Parts: sequence; C-alpha cells; structure tokens
Amino acid sequence: MNAATATAGPVSAGSFATGFAWSFARDLTLAIRHPGETLLVVAFFVLVASLFPLGVGADPQLLARIGPGVIWVCALLAAFLSLPALFAGDYADGTLEQMTLSPHPMPSWASGKIAAHWVASGLPLTVLSPLIGLQYGLDPATLGTLAAALLLGTPILSLLGAACTALALGARGGGVLLALLALPLFVPVLIFGAGAAEAQAAGLSPAPHLSLLAAGLILALMALPFAICAAIRIALD
Amino acid sequence: MSSLEGRGLACSRGPATLFRDVSFRVTGGEWLAVRGPNGSGKTTLLRCVAGLTRADAGAVSRDGDLIYSGHLAGIKDDLSAEENLHGALTLRAVSVDAGAERDALARVGLEKRRSLPARRLSAGQRRRIGLARLMLDPAPIWVLDEPLTALDDAGQALFGELLARHLERGGLALLATHHDLAPPPARELRMGV
Repeated sequence: MNAATATAGPVSAGSFATGFAWSFARDLTLAIRHPGETLLVVAFFVLVASLFPLGVGADPQLLARIGPGVIWVCALLAAFLSLPALFAGDYADGTLEQMTLSPHPMPSWASGKIAAHWVASGLPLTVLSPLIGLQYGLDPATLGTLAAALLLGTPILSLLGAACTALALGARGGGVLLALLALPLFVPVLIFGAGAAEAQAAGLSPAPHLSLLAAGLILALMALPFAICAAIRIALD
Repeated sequence: MSSLEGRGLACSRGPATLFRDVSFRVTGGEWLAVRGPNGSGKTTLLRCVAGLTRADAGAVSRDGDLIYSGHLAGIKDDLSAEENLHGALTLRAVSVDAGAERDALARVGLEKRRSLPARRLSAGQRRRIGLARLMLDPAPIWVLDEPLTALDDAGQALFGELLARHLERGGLALLATHHDLAPPPARELRMGV
C-alpha cells in the first residue's frame, strides 16, 4: 500500500452558501433514509387532531369553534416531538465538533440543519392541516388562513426549538429541560397562529395576526442562528 | 512554514485542575507526542488547542490550517464511506474530485465497502475513513487524539506512512497516543507530572 501518491485537494475559503447547502442536503438525506422520525411527527399530528372530534362529539358549531386552536396545539406538540433529535445525533457521533471547526461560518450549517428540520416536520404539518381542518368543518377561507399561519409559524417553532435543544444539549434529563424551555416560548406563536384562523372564522381580517407571525419569523431568522451557535459552543466546551 | 505554539495553558474541569502551565512549540516537519496516564488531561489539551474548549489561562497561536479528530470519529451511520468522506471534505471546504476520493478509499482498504452504510463497517474500518480524510485534506496542522485506536497493524503502518509524508511536506502534528509510531516524535509532552 503506497500512500505517498495521494494528492490533497485545494482548500477554498468557507462560505455561507456551501455550509448551508451541505447541512441541508445531508440532513434531508438522513431524513429520507430514516423516514420513521418524520412519519412519527405526521402520524402524531393526524391521529391526535383526529381524536378530538371523536372525543368532544359531532357538534358542528363546537368543532368549528375549537378547530383552529386544537390543530395548532397538535402541530406545536408534533413539532416539539421531533426536536430532541435535531442536534443529538451530530453531538453523539462527533460531527458537531467537526462542524464547529469548519471554515464555513457556524450560522450557515446551523441554519441548513434547521431548514432541513422544518422541511421534514413543519412543512408536512402545514400541507396536511387543510385536510385535518375539514374534519372540524372549517370553511375554505379559514382552511387557507390556517395553512398560511402554519406556514409562517412552524419555521419559528423550528428555530426556537433548535435554540432550546442546543441549550439542553448534553444535559442529563435533557428531555424535561427541553419541554420547560421550549413550550413557554412557543406560546406567542400559538396565540397568533390560532388567532389568525379564528379571526377569519369570525369574519374579521386575519392580516394583523399573520403580519405579526411574519415579523416574528424575520426576527427569529435573524437572531436565533447566532444564539444557537453560542449554545452549541457552550455544549461542546 | 507552519507552526503551532501553546503558552502557559491551564484548564480545570469543575473543582479539579487538569493541567496548568503547559507550554509547547511545534514547527513544520516535526510532531509532538502528548503522553500521560488516563485522566491526565490529554484530550482536554488537544481540544483547547483545536479551539473547542476554552483554556482557563494561556494562549494558543498557530500559523496554518488545523484539522482535529477526537475520540468520536464524526462518521454518520446511515451514510456510506464514500458519502462520509465527501461530506467531511466539503465541510472543510476542500474540493476533491470523486476519482481522488475513490483512490483514497482504495488506499485505506475500503474499495469494496465504499458504498456500504457506515453502520456495517467495523470500528477499525470507520477509523480508516478518517485516514482517507487525512490523506486528502491539505491542512498543515494535525491535532489527533488517539489516532491509532481500533486500527490493526497494517492500519497503524499506513498511518505512520501518512504521518511521514505529512511531515516531509512541511506539516506538523500534535498527537495524543500510547503507541510508538514509526517516525519518532521530535519531543514528548508529559502530562500529569
């Protein structure tokens, strides 16, 4: 065996785009090879949201009244379910160390991971939500508003959840800590998200709620990747 | 010329001081062996040098790109050897064509297993993916923690060859190891004394 002929490749400077694309593509590949995680989130969402109409009885008015709120709570809990695995795998096998030492900026691959997490958890929930809404007898306009609110709200849940997961990384009993950290932070998203669909159902404009969600998303996109990186550094120290 | 220097490094974990006032200097073409009993802080020192752990005191200065490999190999179970290698290099912003990656995997003896998911490789074979990465990454500074763990005699010899070639090209290495390696270390850093 002669190693002397192996040639090393050239190094380029790290870039945001490469780091983002690398972690996004890798995490999606892993999610496709291990579809159980995504399926669990979707199954949880569909099952729990379908159990409510069975539990509270087939009163159309009551169902239409509680529908948006129940669907939002189910989506929130389903999104929470997928959080612990976000960084745990990379932490356990040492990839997180290598990512931290990478020349690509930390927020690049962290954002890529979160984007992949959202595509594998938040996006399917958003796409399925109108179907679930039908079980509650929501009218088409409310179904549309519900999906729009989820489209804006679930990325915030992924970002906030990632920050909490990174903070709880490596702590014993991290699961309980994660719930204590993340669920209270999810409350504003829940209030405005469910509020949008409820306003629409009551004949009011959902625009204020959706605008606030969009503002929250922009804020989360700008600030949280840096917080997540700081938390990962602490976890690895 | 690449160089790596630590001055007056100290680190504690909780109430216990792991090491204090550790200084060393390595320049291109030589490697420094970090030796000491278990628990003497070798891993922590290497993590300090790599920049993963913050030292309580002291400073590390280096001239050149650094590659670090710890106890955890950073190998994804669900990706193949080929994908793991390519991913690790992309993460380091090293661009290598697929042919060179295949050659490197062939040299570390993973030619026939390069498409298998890493979960079906043995511990030593997973370590060999790391050797292929060392082969293709041009970083002049190696900081490796127990690089010979789980490697068989042929694997250890291959690592020796890689290290010799690395030093020949003006690279340097800081290795924590309990083994004796073929190119002898320029100096030894004794921990826990």
